[in-house]
Amino acid sequence: MSDSPLVSDAPLDVEHHDRPELRHHFAAVDQQRNAASLGMWWFLGTEIMFFGGMFCAYLIYRRWYFPEFAVASRSLDLKVGTFNTVVLICSSLTVAMSVRAAQLGQRKLQVKMLLLTLLFGLSFLGIKTYEWGKKYEEHHIPTFDYNVIGGEGDLIKGNEELLGITTEVKNDPVKLRAREAEIQQHTKIFYSLYFALTGMHAIHMIIGVGIFIVITWMAHKGRFTPEYHTPLEIAGLYWHFVDIVWIYLFPLLYLIDRRPGA
Amino acid sequence: MSEETHHIVSAKLYWLIWFILIVCTVLTAWIATVDLGKFNTVVALSIATFKASVVVLIFMHVKYTSEKMTKAILMAAIFWLLILLVLSLTDYSSRTEGMLLPAASDVSARLA
Repeated sequence: MSDSPLVSDAPLDVEHHDRPELRHHFAAVDQQRNAASLGMWWFLGTEIMFFGGMFCAYLIYRRWYFPEFAVASRSLDLKVGTFNTVVLICSSLTVAMSVRAAQLGQRKLQVKMLLLTLLFGLSFLGIKTYEWGKKYEEHHIPTFDYNVIGGEGDLIKGNEELLGITTEVKNDPVKLRAREAEIQQHTKIFYSLYFALTGMHAIHMIIGVGIFIVITWMAHKGRFTPEYHTPLEIAGLYWHFVDIVWIYLFPLLYLIDRRPGA
Repeated sequence: MSEETHHIVSAKLYWLIWFILIVCTVLTAWIATVDLGKFNTVVALSIATFKASVVVLIFMHVKYTSEKMTKAILMAAIFWLLILLVLSLTDYSSRTEGMLLPAASDVSARLA
């Protein structure tokens, strides 16, 4: 019995007493780190499919109702959207910097970068709330008082040519009413997708901020060392992913057709 | 302590990537206001894909990882996404809207 190298009478040292962060079912810190990182990549793979479905729906409707989508896209504030993209890119930089600080064992810098990340993340959400508020005032939220014809959120004025409202249509009240009903319906699809996509993205941001509050606390407590900072690293992967989703959402939602007079 | 040394990206490179991403963001917002015809969408999506690639490769350390599974998962996810988008869009593009919804003229004819 004791000849076999696989069976030993000695008690198994399963707890890795010298390395409290190393779980007993892993042989080495590197193995544990790779497993955790791989798990996060798998999760991000499913996230790509999750957002992919909505992106696909968006692309199909955009193809069908291009004029209405272009006109509705122009009602989004380009300057605010660009600024928000910049804010999110800054947050990605601070996340990368905090991981680097952990790799180098610079605890103060690490916490500082994480606090900046939280600040940028919350700023993004604040600016997004402001944008949504403006859409509410313009009656562009697809609910009961949704309206894009006349009033504050009028989308037809100045866009008659693109929307196919020719003088012939204008002079025919029946045709005009039919076209207006279509515009009302098709822009509603754009805004539904806009709120679904930016809303899901914002939920991911809120979850990200929650995760990073915990991570910042852990960093503050000195839980991360150059050898072990896996939670920070994989939380960083998640944050960068959410940034990438926005990198695609920005041109797709804000920049459909910004050509002057087109 | 660890068996393999993990690549530490220089702060300079991170700042450079940040700068490139900011420039690309401003560029894409500006170029959207220039009339390039059909190519406006192509340019916007190319810039977005370039930005996403830079984030994945540098910020997410895919360029430096020795773990082949990470790259395999990433490629599989992109491939699957392309199946979803390309096949769906070729399907929908080869139909006309009129097959699914009545055209405006039909609606007005019925109203009249």
